[in-house]
Amino acid sequence: MEKFTTHTGVGVPLRRSNVDTDQIIPAVYLKRVTRTGFEDALFAAWRGDENFILNQDAYKAGSVLVAGPDFGTGSSREHAVWALKDYGFKVVIASRFADIFRGNSGKQGLLAAEVQQGDIELLWKAMEAEPGKELTVSLEDRTVTCGDITVPFEIDDYVRWRLMEGLDDIGLTLQNEEDITAFEATRASWRPKTLPAKTEPKQEVVAARPAK
Amino acid sequence: MGTTLAEKLWASHLVHKGEGGAPDLIYIDLHMCHEVTSPQAFEGLRLAGRQVRRPDLTIATEDHNTPTLDIDKPIADLTSRTQIDTLRNNAKEFGVRIHSLGDADQGVVHVVGPQLGLTMPGMTVVCGDSHTSTHGAFGALAFGIGTSEVEHVLATQTLPLKAFKTMAINVNGDLPEGTTAKDIILAVIAKIGTGGGQGYVLEYRGDAIKSLSMEARMTVCNMSIEAGARAGLIAPDETTFEYVKGRPHAPEGADWDAAVEDWKTLVTDDDAVFDTEVNLEASDLEPFVTWGTNPGQGLPISANVPNPEDIADADQREAAENALKYMGLTAGQPLKELEIDTVFLGSCTNGRIEDLRAAAEIIQGRTKAPNTRFLVVPGSARVRLQAEDEGLDQIFIDFGAEWRNAGCSMCLGMNPDQLKPQERSASTSNRNFEGRQGKGGRTHLVSPLVAAATAVRGTLSSPADLEDADVLVGASA
Repeated sequence: MEKFTTHTGVGVPLRRSNVDTDQIIPAVYLKRVTRTGFEDALFAAWRGDENFILNQDAYKAGSVLVAGPDFGTGSSREHAVWALKDYGFKVVIASRFADIFRGNSGKQGLLAAEVQQGDIELLWKAMEAEPGKELTVSLEDRTVTCGDITVPFEIDDYVRWRLMEGLDDIGLTLQNEEDITAFEATRASWRPKTLPAKTEPKQEVVAARPAK
Repeated sequence: MGTTLAEKLWASHLVHKGEGGAPDLIYIDLHMCHEVTSPQAFEGLRLAGRQVRRPDLTIATEDHNTPTLDIDKPIADLTSRTQIDTLRNNAKEFGVRIHSLGDADQGVVHVVGPQLGLTMPGMTVVCGDSHTSTHGAFGALAFGIGTSEVEHVLATQTLPLKAFKTMAINVNGDLPEGTTAKDIILAVIAKIGTGGGQGYVLEYRGDAIKSLSMEARMTVCNMSIEAGARAGLIAPDETTFEYVKGRPHAPEGADWDAAVEDWKTLVTDDDAVFDTEVNLEASDLEPFVTWGTNPGQGLPISANVPNPEDIADADQREAAENALKYMGLTAGQPLKELEIDTVFLGSCTNGRIEDLRAAAEIIQGRTKAPNTRFLVVPGSARVRLQAEDEGLDQIFIDFGAEWRNAGCSMCLGMNPDQLKPQERSASTSNRNFEGRQGKGGRTHLVSPLVAAATAVRGTLSSPADLEDADVLVGASA
């Protein structure tokens, strides 16, 4: 993962609350088996509307999304984070994030910065007054700057450290492999295992046919 | 001070205590995979030269984009077929058990785990699917994860996690006739909001919860994520033990006794303190339906479409305005007058045998509304087989419903089962987001009883709205 310290880029004010992951990327785009190439799927339904913010020239090159509260609710699809990253976003700012989305962002190096709603309003107004204005996000200082305005953001200390170091989670966990093996030795024998597979007797499943 | 059930489950799975702000490392007892959120995780393993650490704690099935018709033919949609083939190849390469389309144990992952007896009290259960919270109904700590975490669990059988806060949802009193577990959870979400549970594990408690069947408990826990909580829990009791006993993977003999002894300790201590408590009176509940585009936008079915101008909070008001526009609704319209094009009975929320029985009981001997389509999609192939054994399939077919093969289907419209733009559905699923069931589709979330009554009348209806309702409204629901 790339190290993240500061980022400067065009801010995109998205004045909507409860932006769920079905809006960030509709399910029809989840059938791909690759990890990249989702930029066309980002906000696919909304991008059909010519007035949608990312269809406006000033915001097309946006890399800092500033949204309303409860961003990333709903489905656990990490494709939502991939789509934002593939489009070019490096930072998403909101006053509240859904837990799974926040976790997915941290794993993928997309900074989810929590800013008070009052400060979000300030950022929205500053960006709308000058469409295409750049924001600077400093992970080091935990601040977002837009022109004269600088507001603080919150992020979990550990996630911040990992992003700044660009560290891979699996590698970190495997440093504790001895603990995992020791834990496994203590598990009760009655805890279920999927193998060998046990099922009810096999039965034939008849295919349903289209209604005549 | 005592501890809550969630804290006990955490402590019993702690592999390594995080220091200096680092997360705890938690052991995972069961990892379920499906075709949509796993391909990139397996690819990650391959690129790093890693193996699946515990194939014997991992299981896969195909559900999200499988067709519910002609399942014996090649999947027509090529990208869906590629994704299914990718899962099959990954399962083979990494030695993971898989139940594929056409197998009697295929189905929605959250229906399959419990029915095989793989979900038990006291476990940690994860899946790359937010509705993994379903398994919390057994007193297991169960939550959805993203694809990076899927890869992490495949490689290490653990997850680094920050401790959750705890919230008690106390549902006291008795549920009135015609109301169900679905109405409880829709009312809970309407009360605490779609973000109310963020950072929490919810524990559902109280008489109304204790009296629910195991399948109804799964319906409640399933939608915990819709309140923003990653996990929901119900303490295991005799109802739980009875449900697990005799299932294919249930412990036997001395193992069973040891297991039950352990499970009986899985309760929140009397002197434990939750970070937050919410109270709900079950006897006040009515059948609940959603009117908007998030699951917190719900009301009793007898209500009218709300007026956004009456909403004080600016964000909520704007969300309501957007929702009415998308849903094609006018403030003040009675919900019961809304004409429904499609009724969908199924999903990990309400696609189990009890849900099918409850709906069948309502429609039996009645006629389907002529302009309403009724799609019945069992949650798993076993549920479908059992329904056929009980003759439920014939009741649905005689009524004019479409009797399909198992899968997620119209809950999220990844397969051909989708709404057309502006089509309105009454759906027993879990999400009414814009476009969830098909681009431009308009979803009202309902219980199986409301779904069935709606299929009879053609407008949003509860069983009490049906003629001669007193004779037919089921006691078993």
